[in-house]
Formats: sequence, C-alpha cells, structure tokens
Amino acid sequence: MSSPATAIRQTEVLDQPWVETLHQWVTTVDHKRVGILYILYALVFLVIGGIEAVTIRIQLMSPHNDFVSPQVFNRMFTMHGTTMIFFVAMPILFGFGNYLVPLMIGARDMAFPRLNAFSFWLSALSGFLLYFSFLGGSGLYGAGSAPDMGWWAYAPLAARAFSPGSSADYWTIAVLVSGFGSIGTAVNLIATILCMRCPGMTLGRMPLLSWLYLTMSGLALIGITPLSAAQLMLLVDRYLGGHFFDTQAGGSATLWMHFFWIFGHPEVYILVIPAFAFISEIIPVFSRKPIFGYPVMVAATVCIAFVSMSVWAHHMFTIGMNSYANSFFAITTMAVGVPTGIKIFNWLGTMWGGRIQFKTPMLFSIAFLFQFLIAGLTGIIQAAVPFDWQLSLSYFVVAHFHYVIVGGILFALFAAFYYWYPKVTGRMLSERLGKLHFWLFVIGFHLCFDVMHIPGLLGMPRRIYTYEPGRGWDTLNLIVTIGAFIQGIAVLVFLWNLIVSCWKGAEAGNDPWDAWTLEWSVSSPPPAYNFASIPRVASRRPLWDRKHPEDPDSRYE
Amino acid sequence: MTTFAAPLAERPPAWNLPDRGRVGMACLIVAESAIFTIFVVAYLFYVGKSLSGPTPRDVLETPIFYTICLLSSSLTIHLAARFLERGESRTFLIWWLLTIVLGGLFMYGTGQEWYRLIYEHGLTISTNLFGTTYYSLVGLHASHVTAGLVMLCTVLVFGLAGRVGRSHSRRIDVLSLYWHFVDAVWVIVFTVVYVIGR
Repeated sequence: MSSPATAIRQTEVLDQPWVETLHQWVTTVDHKRVGILYILYALVFLVIGGIEAVTIRIQLMSPHNDFVSPQVFNRMFTMHGTTMIFFVAMPILFGFGNYLVPLMIGARDMAFPRLNAFSFWLSALSGFLLYFSFLGGSGLYGAGSAPDMGWWAYAPLAARAFSPGSSADYWTIAVLVSGFGSIGTAVNLIATILCMRCPGMTLGRMPLLSWLYLTMSGLALIGITPLSAAQLMLLVDRYLGGHFFDTQAGGSATLWMHFFWIFGHPEVYILVIPAFAFISEIIPVFSRKPIFGYPVMVAATVCIAFVSMSVWAHHMFTIGMNSYANSFFAITTMAVGVPTGIKIFNWLGTMWGGRIQFKTPMLFSIAFLFQFLIAGLTGIIQAAVPFDWQLSLSYFVVAHFHYVIVGGILFALFAAFYYWYPKVTGRMLSERLGKLHFWLFVIGFHLCFDVMHIPGLLGMPRRIYTYEPGRGWDTLNLIVTIGAFIQGIAVLVFLWNLIVSCWKGAEAGNDPWDAWTLEWSVSSPPPAYNFASIPRVASRRPLWDRKHPEDPDSRYE
Repeated sequence: MTTFAAPLAERPPAWNLPDRGRVGMACLIVAESAIFTIFVVAYLFYVGKSLSGPTPRDVLETPIFYTICLLSSSLTIHLAARFLERGESRTFLIWWLLTIVLGGLFMYGTGQEWYRLIYEHGLTISTNLFGTTYYSLVGLHASHVTAGLVMLCTVLVFGLAGRVGRSHSRRIDVLSLYWHFVDAVWVIVFTVVYVIGR
C-alpha cells in the first residue's frame, strides 16, 4: 500500500455504499476480480461437496448404519463427484489462471475481458442449476430430487426409464453449461498467453505456470468438448426420444462410456497440470534455485497432454474389450507415467542442493511430491489389465483417484493459496494456522486415503450404501471416517485463516517471498491496470535481473 | 516499473505477436471440431444398426445443388473480405450479400430435405437410430450455419448503415474464418452421410 495511487483508490472504495461495491463486482471484467470470483465460488462449493463427503463417510462408518437412506446416499455420491470436479476443481484452477497469467506475462488484462466475465457467469449459473435440482428435480413425476446416477451418468441409468423427473436433466444441462464456460476460459487463456505477452517475453522465457496453463487450455479445448457433445446426445435421448444410448432400439450403452471417458481421462490432466504449474513456481522460490530443466519440463507437459488423450479406455477394462484394445490402453497408460516421472525428477533436482525454506507453501509442495508419486504408482499398477479386473469398481480405485485429486491437486492448491494470498489481499496468511492446517490435513489425509486402499483390496465395492459386519472392513472404515473428519477440521482451520488474515495478517509488501516472476513487481493487491508501464524482460527471471544487475540471468540465456 | 535491467547494447528487436481475434477463433474451431468429431463417430458407429426402417439408402437424396451453394459461399466471403481490405465497401457489400443468399439457399435446401423426410417418409429423430444420428449431425451443422448467418446479417445491417470500413477488415477476417470452418465441416458431413453412410 505504498504508492499514493493505491491509497486514493482505497478511500474511494470505503466511501461508496455497499450496493455500489457489489455492482462493481457483479459487472466486473477485470481479470483479477473475475479470478477472485471464480475462487470464492469454488470455495463455497468446496464446503458443500465436503459436507456431502462427510455424509457419505458417516453412513459407511459402521456396518448396517442408517444415517441416510440408500436413495439419499446415491444422491450424495453423485453430487459429491459432480460438484468436486465441475464446480470446485475446474473453477478454482481457472480462477488462479485468470488471476496469475496476465500478471506473470506482463499484460494488463486477458485477451477477451468480457468473454472472461461471461464464462464465469456461465459457470456460476451451472452450479446453481445443479443444486436447484434438490428443489426442482422432482418435476411432475414426484420421483427423485437430486440426480442419483453417479457422476458418470452411465446408460441406461440416465435414460428416462431409470431417471424419471427432471433431476438428470438438471445434471446434464449444468454440466453442459459449465463445459461452455470452461471452453470460453480456455480460449481466453490461450489467446492471452499467445497474444498479450510483454516485450521480450518469448515463449521460452515465459514462467512455467504460463506454459502449463497454455497446455491445460489446449487440452481443455479437445478434452471437455466430447463431454459437451455427449451431453447434447443425452438431451436428444431424454427430450426428443432419440436412441443414441437406448439399447432397446439398437443403441449402445458402451458408446456413452467411451464418450464420457474420452472426456474423463484428459480431465484428470486438465486438473493436474495447473497443480504442476503451482508446484513449478513454488519449489524454485523456496529452494532459492531456478527451476531445474525448464525445456524438459515444458516438453514433458506437452507430452503428457498428448498421451493423455489416448488412455481413456483404461476406465473400461471390465466391459470386455478385445485384447488388442486392452493391450493398447494398458501400454499408453503406463507410458503416461514416463513424462510425469521426468517432472518429479526435475522438481527434486530443483530442491537438490538448494537452501530450502520450510514455509507453509513449501510444506504443501513437498507433501504433493510424495503423495502424487504414490497416487501415480497405484495408477500404474491398475494399468495391468488382470489386476484392474480384480480391483475395478472397488474402494481401491476410490482411494487411488482421491490420492490424485486430494493428495495431489488439493495439496498443490493449498500451496498456491499460501503462496499467492499475499499478492491478492496484501496480507500474509498466518504461518501458525498454516502449519496447523498442514499437519492436521496430512494426518487426516493419510488416515483416510492410505487406509481406504485396504478394504478395496479386501473386496469392498464402491457406491454401496452399507455392508455386512465381519468382513474385515469395519475397523478400516471407521478409521477412514475419522480421517475424513480430521480433514474437515483442517479445511475449517484453512477457511478461518483466509478470513482472519484478510484483516489481521501482517502487511505483505510487494514481494514477501523474494520471488522472481513479474506478479511480485507490482503492489499487493495489484492496481486495476496491473502495470503502470508495460515491462520489458530479458530472461526467465525478470525480478532476479532487476535485483541483481551485477549478475543477471539474461547474461546466460 | 520502468525497463528491467536488460543489458542490451542495440535497440531491442520489434515485438510482434499473433492477432488475438484469429487465435481465439482458431481455438474455437479446434473445440468445435472435437464436438463434430464425436457426432461423426456416433453416426459412423450406428450406420446400418437401425432395427427398423427407413434406411439411408431408401430415403436420402444427395443435395448436390445446395452443397455447391454452400461451398461457393466460401469463395464469395473471401472475395468480400479482400474488397474490404482494399477499402471498396460497396463491392464488399455485394459479395457479402451474395454469401448470405448462398448460405440461406443451403438452409432452405436442408429445410426441404427435412420436410420431405418427415412428411413423405415418416422419418423423425425418434424413428430409429438413423433418424437420431442423421438429424443430430445435420442439425448440429445447420445450427452452426444459422449462427453464422445471424452474424453475417449483423455485419450486413452495419454495412448498409455505412459503418463497416477498412478498419474492420481484421474482424471480418475472423468471421470469415468461422464461415470457412462451417463449410469445411459440411464436406465431412456430406461425405459421411451421403457417401459412406449409404
């Protein structure tokens, strides 16, 4: 808050009535405000999805539990999955991208600011539509409320006969509209990164975060659209009496599975590549070393994006494909582990020999490295088709993908929150609460998801609302539920930290971490126009060059 | 925030970046291509799998005239854009109007075909798998042509009001990129539905 311009702006904000402030936020096209809206919106849904997860875990805490009915249980796991993927993970990652990418490449806004706001409001509408199904889902039939067909909506469960009423329609339209929002933002990010870079910011000098968001957006263009197409087909089936997925008329239920997973697997990488992006920015700063193997990191990311488009049917080994298809998808699935392994080596190479500072963002990043490795390994062993036949649709799979999404993506997101919160708000998050949050979450996470593998190996199927006692699952499920509660408490600590630090946190200043990318060169929070004059860069670490004019990076590039 | 300590001896080289409109439209085209790919795959997957008639062989007639209309509209919009680039607004408007007429003719042809299929052959979207996939794929394309026509007409209205000039040339180029895409998709839809699908 040093520059007089910012101070004047601040007083203006304080003086105007709150309706005016609200109006400004609703009509904003500023990439920073849209980014914050995305993140706040996702945090609301994180709490809602978390409550659904806890409901599921309470029900499964002990055998023959009747905390919720089977019908409600089905709605809970459907809504939990849909919410966490489409209304938490996607918007929060797009939110960070929106906020950070223009600042990092030295631009004043996104390429299409109004498209940006439009995409956000599409996403917001779709989340509202999905949750309106709790009220409006009964339709005229008095059947069902929220959708209960699982987040894959496999045929024929999603057909009129098995999902009467409107609940499945709310699901379909919500996912379709959120897909349009995602495509809009992906187009915007690509155009921003390719067309709005400041002078000197060649593709080879971009921060890795921009490179990874570019890859992720490209993947989103071809990964999310198949789902949009499949949703259109489902709408034709449900509203116009079409037969795409209607086996009675010669349609194929398997075709839906293919279409869904042609989206579903690239989606995992759409979510995890931004997580890689955060880690690639945070680890160098807290290791006090530039990133190890920048070009290889870029190449590995693009390679992951390509390979990830040819692995989808490993979700479908149990449907009885021929052995050629099985072998093909087993090999591609194992192959995608190679570039991912390269990235892990490079992050370790960055830390190796560095003066590591164990601040909260770094703690979450290190936990990410370990957990993402384990998550990848349980994924690779399921690429072996016979092993997958044994474990598919069991709690082992549930444990595996939660390891990726919670242990990988969510940990990276927490790291990003602690790292960039000072830039967004001008205040530091409390380090003490941050460490409490970290350790509670690590303990809760490992109690929950390490243990969850075992009932899966013992044969516990996913999506069952209760089970018989005496199968060796009882104690394990109790431990998993306790772990879920500890994670819930940790998230509450985190949210408390976000709220309290906004007023009571220490002043951050422009550059609290002594970092090297352009966003730290402007005030915290940045002014509406980002850069008073557009910067000119000569290396991958422009702020290093400025702080060390005697030994700039540009001398070696 | 002035310049960063860039130890460059000579003046920095010129900084040229691609046009964001073209990049944005190219991205949209990539995304749309993926949507069409899924519909084309569904069409090909279900060829000959209908449990009841009518079949494509029985009822489809190749719309050669209307295909020529749509494909030649790619040429006319290209010419229109070139004339605008040279600042010849009147000639631009003539070619632009011709593009709209050709696109409109194509839509009329589709309407004719659908009318014939529905009222003479009783083929609707819910009749059989052929009906479902045919109307979805052709309808998806037709909806893109319609969206294109709406945008073309908007430009025409502004053009007649004398508000489209040389300075809008790049935006017109972006719009014509979309129109070329719609035409290119028709080549694929035509091949799949009227050549392979029969």
